[in-house]
Amino acid sequence: MTPQEMVERALELSTADGCVVLVDEESTANLRFAGNTLTTNGVARSSRLTVISIAGRGVGVVSRAAVRPDQLAGVVAAADATAREAQPAEDAGELVAGGPAGASWDGPVTPTDIEVFRGFAPALGEAFSAAEAGGRRLYGFAEHTLTSTFLGSSAGVRLRHDQPSGRLELNAKSADLKRSAWTGVATRDFTDVDVAVLDAGLAQRLDWAKTRVDLPAGRYETLLPPTAVADLMVYLFWSAGARDALDGRSVFAKPGGGTRVGERLATLPVTLSSDPAAAGIGCAPFVTARASSRQSSVFDNGLPLSATDWIADGRLQALLQTRYSAGLSGLPVTPAVDNLIMKGPEGGRSLEEMIASTERGLLLTCLWYIREVDPQTLLLTGLTRDGVYLVEHGEVVGEVNNFRFNESPVDLLGRLTEVGAPEQTLPREWGDYFTRTVMPAVRVPDFNMSTVSQAS
Amino acid sequence: MRQIDDDFLALPLRRLADAALQRARELGAEHADFRLERIRAETLSLYDARLEGAADADDLGYAVRVVKGGTWGFAAGIHLTPEAAVRVAEQAVRVAEVSAPINREPIELAAEPVHGEVTWVSAYDVDPFEVSPADKVTLLADWSAGLLKGADHVSARLLQVKEQKFYADTAGTVTTQQRVRVHPSLNAMKASETGFDDMSTIAPPVGRGYEYLTGTGWDWAAELARLPELLAEKLAAPSVEAGDYDLVVDPSNLWLTIHESIGHATELDRALGYEAAYAGTSFATFDQLGELVYGSPLMNVTGDRTVEHGLATIGYDDEGVQGQSFDIVKDGVLVGYQLDRRMALMKGLGRSNGCAFADSPGHMPIQRMANVSLAAAPGGPSTDELISGVERGLYIVGDKSWSIDMQRYNFQFTGQRAYRISHGKLAGQVRDFAYQATTTDFWQSMERVGGPQTYVLGGAFNCGKGQPGQVAPVSHGAPSALFRNVRILNTVQEGGK
Repeated sequence: MTPQEMVERALELSTADGCVVLVDEESTANLRFAGNTLTTNGVARSSRLTVISIAGRGVGVVSRAAVRPDQLAGVVAAADATAREAQPAEDAGELVAGGPAGASWDGPVTPTDIEVFRGFAPALGEAFSAAEAGGRRLYGFAEHTLTSTFLGSSAGVRLRHDQPSGRLELNAKSADLKRSAWTGVATRDFTDVDVAVLDAGLAQRLDWAKTRVDLPAGRYETLLPPTAVADLMVYLFWSAGARDALDGRSVFAKPGGGTRVGERLATLPVTLSSDPAAAGIGCAPFVTARASSRQSSVFDNGLPLSATDWIADGRLQALLQTRYSAGLSGLPVTPAVDNLIMKGPEGGRSLEEMIASTERGLLLTCLWYIREVDPQTLLLTGLTRDGVYLVEHGEVVGEVNNFRFNESPVDLLGRLTEVGAPEQTLPREWGDYFTRTVMPAVRVPDFNMSTVSQAS
Repeated sequence: MRQIDDDFLALPLRRLADAALQRARELGAEHADFRLERIRAETLSLYDARLEGAADADDLGYAVRVVKGGTWGFAAGIHLTPEAAVRVAEQAVRVAEVSAPINREPIELAAEPVHGEVTWVSAYDVDPFEVSPADKVTLLADWSAGLLKGADHVSARLLQVKEQKFYADTAGTVTTQQRVRVHPSLNAMKASETGFDDMSTIAPPVGRGYEYLTGTGWDWAAELARLPELLAEKLAAPSVEAGDYDLVVDPSNLWLTIHESIGHATELDRALGYEAAYAGTSFATFDQLGELVYGSPLMNVTGDRTVEHGLATIGYDDEGVQGQSFDIVKDGVLVGYQLDRRMALMKGLGRSNGCAFADSPGHMPIQRMANVSLAAAPGGPSTDELISGVERGLYIVGDKSWSIDMQRYNFQFTGQRAYRISHGKLAGQVRDFAYQATTTDFWQSMERVGGPQTYVLGGAFNCGKGQPGQVAPVSHGAPSALFRNVRILNTVQEGGK
């Protein structure tokens, strides 16, 4: 049974008042390596059917993997029964009305497999040889995934989205493991990944690290590269739920009630946005919700997504909304989108130019183990990783010890003194969940390095 | 004792395994194993005593892992026919062949006794999937309604998992296993003129069934009755003064510190660099085995996959190795690591201690954490007795925020609540606290360890590691313990306010 047939058959079988069906077909291939050799690898396929039945205001969700045709009726019946027994759902409402299926609906699923690395794997092997000869060890992970999602509903929705996702994370260490550098790239198919160029960049950073400078904890002028900015802004994005703000339990809650929408957060004209059609980081142009939560509603399945400014010209413009929360807040319906773009004023400089104009400051590689300390201010803690460099008189003069930081991305927005040119980047910390970002490097005059970490 | 569900046993387990393993042998694999899993998970979420979200999902599939020409090959499939299993075995061999050019260390596995055909089921009374979602929602709603009398908003969540695994390898071990775990949690939030705060239950997730919600293993009524007054006290509490304090750490908080600073640091794959680009390495490098002074002489830590109701407890791991208990830190010195079969042989450590685990049929097993626990002191003090020995300190209860560096040196933790200790007595809660330390400094500052009466098995469902990312459930036993001169931060000041 094809995924399209499974959607149609499940909708026919449901006897509930309404029904939404999602079928996710996923294929993935990966290579993992450490110390210039392979450690693990694999290919996998999965198929998941999610049936969301609606009876009155009750909702039943049953999601099963690898469903055979003879099991389909049982899955639908279980969802229907759960819906009839369920307490009323607070977000209950009309299903999104659909139109005719698009041209892509009927096509077959073409899975990815290990052959996606046919060109990349030998190049990686050559990089291992070059690294070995240069006294470096390479560690990392290459993954390619293709997810095809089919969405149908009793209200006529028939939508499909094919999402390729790929990434390479590359970490180089000196032979004594005391110096470390990292880079990561997001890719749709690995044909654009030049591992030799990436390795050469890491070799340069390991050379920078041959001079060691120990610095104490404190506040430093700091250049955050795009990957570090991505990790901080993704966390801000995830924390921008309208429900939490309305309930007075997030940094975006206005004291005394309401939200901070409209309030200036950044002194510079910063924009934080999402766009399903953004070049190179395209993502699903409609809502897919497999369960309701604080930031999603199963009733919104199929709702069109469009370009959305979360912060515009430095002001908070929108929060993550379902149709239900938008009704509560009186704000526009702005559901989450699976990419994130940050931009500053036109003419932002490259990271290299920002380094060249730095009198004295720190240049970070990336951030790690980021966790929330205080939701009231969105204070986050975490660590620097794989290279903190001291910049003096426009040049990198050596590597500094690692630090633990305590900083709020919301507070940082108000302290930025420079926003560089945006570029596509892979968030180091959140790359498992969120790979599609375009971010600038930024300059912070007083980044709070709370304590020294001995990690190297 | 519960039995493995009939509908899992009715799947074509042996037929698929035989077909896949035979094909792997024919294609020249030195080793092959077959693992079929069904994992069912149900999540219920309530907000202010009303149902917010419900999801009932399962994962079903199987994997073939081979060693061919000294290189791993792994493939996973979903179609439950012998023909499909053969194709997955062929794919696994093909993955090994494509990967061979980048493999420079031949894969060999430590010997494990052949266990024949064995079954294992975890200790639980009531299968949570035999209780209707409506009944569970009613219970959570009742609990939430009680809390709402003293809070502005209440979140309630119930996670339930049933994990069924069938494993067979070319040596002849065939295991069929089933385990159940549950994690109920509630959070109460309240605003005041100065801001808002919240407090969560400290009841740990456990390897038990639905009986955990109805009176076995935790006194829910007592904990829920106290929560509103504890939250009110926290909201009115003064902000902590930053500085060095003696800490009495409750097991509800200490389990997470054990997890991050001992559990992960003593995973041999980390110490050897296999996680270097992601989760990180470890300061506890292999050359320090038997020599590293990890903590005070009172520190004794074990890894264990056998303790009843432990989340990492299992009969046999995902390489067919029987669950064991083993020493990690003895009298303060590092004496052991958590192992899988490959690393056990590579480092000359003999038999694996059974820490291989994959979180789904689509993922390759990697070394994951056993239940890593700090031993209580036989005849040791109560928590009150520990507090009585502190002139100026804090007593920290419940876990909250956590972060540690990629070599497990530098950590920072907060908690659900902290009480000031003055002259040996609790003197009310303080807010905005976090403790920050270096792992060995912290454990070497452990001056007293609580007795067995303070011991609690804490834990988490969602320990993350590996690429592709995998999550694993794990428990950590801990007594209360006293630590001297630990740095306390004021998190408001850290935020620049």
